[in-house]
Amino acid sequence: MANNLIPRYTASERRNHWIVAITFVLAALGGLALFHPSFFWLTGLFGSGTWTRILHPFIGVVMAIFFAGLYFRFRRDNKLAPADREWLQHFGEMLRNREPQIDTGKYNAGQKYIFKLQALTVLLLLLSGIVMWQPYFAPAFSVTWLRIAAVVHAFSAFLLILGIIVHVYAAIWVRGSMRAMTRGTVTRAWAKQHHPAWYREVAKTAK
Amino acid sequence: MASLQSLNITARSAQTTPAPSVRETEEVAKLIDESKCIGCKACQVACMNWNDLRDEVGTNVGVYDNPQDLTASSWTLMRFFEVETEPGKLEWLIRKDGCLHCADPGCLKACPSPGAIVQYSNGIVDFVSENCIGCGYCITGCPFNIPRLSKKDGKAYKCTFCSDRVAAGEAPACAKACPTGAITFGAKADVKTYAEKRVLELKERGYVAAGIYDPPGVGGTHVMYVLKHADKPELEGLPKDPQVSPLVSLWKGVTKPVMSAILGIAALAGFFHYMSVGPKETEEDGDK
Repeated sequence: MANNLIPRYTASERRNHWIVAITFVLAALGGLALFHPSFFWLTGLFGSGTWTRILHPFIGVVMAIFFAGLYFRFRRDNKLAPADREWLQHFGEMLRNREPQIDTGKYNAGQKYIFKLQALTVLLLLLSGIVMWQPYFAPAFSVTWLRIAAVVHAFSAFLLILGIIVHVYAAIWVRGSMRAMTRGTVTRAWAKQHHPAWYREVAKTAK
Repeated sequence: MASLQSLNITARSAQTTPAPSVRETEEVAKLIDESKCIGCKACQVACMNWNDLRDEVGTNVGVYDNPQDLTASSWTLMRFFEVETEPGKLEWLIRKDGCLHCADPGCLKACPSPGAIVQYSNGIVDFVSENCIGCGYCITGCPFNIPRLSKKDGKAYKCTFCSDRVAAGEAPACAKACPTGAITFGAKADVKTYAEKRVLELKERGYVAAGIYDPPGVGGTHVMYVLKHADKPELEGLPKDPQVSPLVSLWKGVTKPVMSAILGIAALAGFFHYMSVGPKETEEDGDK
């Protein structure tokens, strides 16, 4: 490994992340297809409307299972810390590409909130999705539960997709982030600039 | 049923533009007069016969209801209720259950598949099975617990109001077969006038709470009942004031376009943010 690169994600973490990413995209496209008529054409990606209906829940379950993997891997680093308050106060400046000095750990406050949002919405999607799942589970629930599940599923999916738009854009916007998840490493400069507290920790243990 | 080109369409599931509807047809209705019904199940047989339906042979569970519930192959069903309308006075009420063909159909509102549910301009709500994807949202949307998913093909089925017969100017099979005239078919306005007359007759006979079941919460229905106890429709498993659930309206109403628009705006916001301020570069050596 080149000296100016430091590891951020192991190969196993990266595989886990990308399984979730791929299943998320498929679940989101299939879900949108069934959510609004304007997106119904997306069912063509899965073969037909019926195939979309059949595949969507299975894709969602795979996503939820692997998301649980990510959750338990990264849960510790996503606990809120004092520096996060400061980060949130300077969020507006950061959007204008200014660099306030904040002692951020492995994840900043924005990443932590996205992480929590993902965990909550994936859990709600899984539970409500099981209730709605025809023909296996839905017949076991009363129609009131089916209706509650439909609303919860739509709202959670909306929030999750919104969160992922932010997540993906942040990775595109902040140069040098993407390679953490594609190659597993980031540059020292990137770590120092965006996650100084984490950088110090890594530099210490590397010695 | 397939979509019938000879009938005009008022509403079509999962479609955001107007359905083809230049021709106007008269609203039709079926009236089920429970005071004339003798529970013979001729309507069930006629329904099976006309629609070529053969349900599985069930088991006797000690009541007259046979089959025990509506299924994907039993689109209408006589339901028998032993009720005490006042202490010590047992009454045997019989109601022909099946789709009520709401003017504001919850199934159609909930359906995500374009054209899988249509409402003809004569008021009939029909499932166009070849467009059905089997998601069961119609079950979630229906205030009357009517649609059933078939175990055989995974598609939803219910009473078609014999839309094929009605399109050709014939009465529905059940109405044609009824030996006591408990099922009346005709223009909704005429049927309603007849229903009012029947209600008056029943009141004269002592059924003070007799009335018409044409619930306004779903915009009225195209299958109406004359009930002996219209003040208590729940005696016979009918909801008192049915409406498309607020949850279904929330799920399938304004949230659909609003949430879709917000997602589009979020993606565009990212694009324009990048085009405005550009990426956040790493100082010093940058990215490789």
